[in-house]
Amino acid sequence: MFDVLFERGLDGRLYGLYLLSGLGWTLVLAFFGWWIAFLIGIVVGVGRTASNKIVSIASRLYVEVFRNIPLLVQMFLWFFVLPELLPSTAGSWIKQMPPPWGAFIPALICLALYTAARIAEQVRAGIEALPRGQSEASAALGLAPSQAYRFVIVPQAMRLIVPSLTSEVMGIYKNTSVAMTIGVLELTAESRQISEMTFQTFAAFGSATLIYLSLALCAYQLMTYIDDKVRIPGTGMTKRRRLLFVAAGGGKARRHE
Amino acid sequence: MMTLRGEKIMLQPESDASGTQPIVMVERLVRRYGAFTALNSVSLAVGKGEKIVICGPSGSGKSTLIRCINHIERHDSGRIVVDGIELRDQLADINSVRREVGMVFQSFNLFPHLSVSENCMLAPVKVRKLTRAEARDRAMTILRKVRIEDQADKYPGQLSGGQQQRVAIARALCMQPKVMLFDEPTSALDPEMVQEVLDTMVGLARDGMTMLCVTHEMGFAREVADRVVFMDQGTIVEESPPESFFQAAKTERARNFLKQIIR
Amino acid sequence: MRQAAGRPDAMSDLDFTVVLRAWPYLLSGLQFSFALTVTAFAIGMVLGTTFALIQHHEVPVLSQVVRSYIALIRSIPLILVLFWFFFLVPVVLGRFVGGGRSIPIGPTYTAFITFGLFEAAYYSEIIRVGLRSVNKGQFEACQALALSSFDTYRSVIMPQVLKVASPIILSQTIILFQDTSLVYVLSLTDLVGAASKMAQLNGRLVEMYLTVAVIYLAICSAASQCVAVLRKRNELPRVVRQ
Repeated sequence: MFDVLFERGLDGRLYGLYLLSGLGWTLVLAFFGWWIAFLIGIVVGVGRTASNKIVSIASRLYVEVFRNIPLLVQMFLWFFVLPELLPSTAGSWIKQMPPPWGAFIPALICLALYTAARIAEQVRAGIEALPRGQSEASAALGLAPSQAYRFVIVPQAMRLIVPSLTSEVMGIYKNTSVAMTIGVLELTAESRQISEMTFQTFAAFGSATLIYLSLALCAYQLMTYIDDKVRIPGTGMTKRRRLLFVAAGGGKARRHE
Repeated sequence: MMTLRGEKIMLQPESDASGTQPIVMVERLVRRYGAFTALNSVSLAVGKGEKIVICGPSGSGKSTLIRCINHIERHDSGRIVVDGIELRDQLADINSVRREVGMVFQSFNLFPHLSVSENCMLAPVKVRKLTRAEARDRAMTILRKVRIEDQADKYPGQLSGGQQQRVAIARALCMQPKVMLFDEPTSALDPEMVQEVLDTMVGLARDGMTMLCVTHEMGFAREVADRVVFMDQGTIVEESPPESFFQAAKTERARNFLKQIIR
Repeated sequence: MRQAAGRPDAMSDLDFTVVLRAWPYLLSGLQFSFALTVTAFAIGMVLGTTFALIQHHEVPVLSQVVRSYIALIRSIPLILVLFWFFFLVPVVLGRFVGGGRSIPIGPTYTAFITFGLFEAAYYSEIIRVGLRSVNKGQFEACQALALSSFDTYRSVIMPQVLKVASPIILSQTIILFQDTSLVYVLSLTDLVGAASKMAQLNGRLVEMYLTVAVIYLAICSAASQCVAVLRKRNELPRVVRQ
């Protein structure tokens, strides 16, 4: 059934290689996109809980804008609109970027900023789920807010949200497929090409599906591994641990005002 | 409807010397959870209008026993016959039994999204096929009886624990059951609310309802019970009228238990 | 692709009057987006509830099938799902109804069916979690009152589940509304498709796409506020209050 992958396309390459090349672009987009998104997401997420009004409003604005516009529209904005809005020299320079990069860079920026907004909300939820007592104890010890965040709040919040970050990881590699609308030849785009050229629709889409499923499995395994590695000894769901959680001042969501 | 007290004490599962069939008959009931035997060949007969208090240490199987009577728990072997209907795995039999048996839970289990009167009206409308007007009349009558009719349009979340449990009793009564089962009805209540619920139960007893209560409230047992059944480790260890149970329990285990709970 | 845009030299060359002229057409595109969202919501909720109940009751073969379907759909991109259904729906319909030959039912109906089946996988998970969170005692009370299964779910369980899950369901629906933009790859005319077609005619890519972005931003922001309100209002009052 998957024999088509071993046939050759018009340019002499095996169709299987088309898929591999698509997978390559998918992975590169997802990988670099994720790390950029992660860094920005933590910053914005912390910003959402900051006591400084300007910072928290700016963060709120960022999240609202990048979460409420569909990813496809954002792709179009980065690819079609941004070069037009920039001063003519910068705009022309962008538009003259050679083919793969001309589409790849906007796609990467778009995906990263979109995912960062979603990660920011997870980070915010994690911070707010921490017991109020944590920030109170930090303050009582004389830690400045930035130190409290850096050494106490954020490390705990990040561990809390590892499971929900799993769905963001799985989300980013699925969202790379939207980049095909601006010309990035990622996995889904290549599978459609193969299907259009060979009419072996089932094999073409089937291979892509199997690859995505494998990616899902890998992502899930990876996140489970990470969850295990960063687990704080003594945390978990037993009654005794719940009591400890409560003793730490737990159970109430905290809000920075 | 007076209790047939004197005759009931002599009633054994196989005999009907008084000429009346027991309304609940449990014969050699067994219930296992994997390797653990919760009920080990338990037999009990309850006459119409009789009040039985079941007590014992935790894990003795007392809750399991009454939860088997209306098939909330399935039994593994033995027979249960309620009001002439034998409880088998057929849904028709199970539902027939459940129509005649009311249950009050330790954690009330009221429906939070329905008002008090709607809680009481739901089953009569859906199961007994009453019209909403008839169901509402019946609900108000019974709510009046448990002295909570002024809360009829409130929601469970707005009531205290004692009030909620009284609503739960009313809800069960609205089905006009022949037997009422109580599974530790006051254990989840703050001490000051226990009495209002017990008073309601005493009122029910005086009206002649057949009741099986799992409870630690020994004052209630003394006042109302025809028989106290003491269970331990899945078997009925002792069965006697309350006075003889409290004054002179026959078995060592019962005496130890009483020592622990009566201060 | 990009060189074709009518190219203003600076921001001041933007002409938003084209938006006014294109407005009716944009609106029809938006209507399509709404129609798709509403239909997918309806199909998705009905199917999703069914899937959730099947899994909750652990029906022997069916719950495995449902679980696999949901895992599959949630693991692959929506664009790929659209391509799959676009290809499969006529074939499947042909086998069951048309006596062998595949029935072309057109991209619009395919899109409606696809989004409904896609969202069902997501709504199902939301409802399944909601079902699990209902206190076991509620089921026991219904059993003790001899309520039928149907009445138990209809009058007691599902109202509680939907009340608690409504903020998350609305959030998912907002995501659905944004996802409908992907019918672009099927060349259907939703809001984005309409803007794209207008841009090809009047050469005003920038104005068209900025307008689309603003429209989505306005609608989704407003809806997100509703989610926040719902979340606050629908906290089910805890029954055991001591």
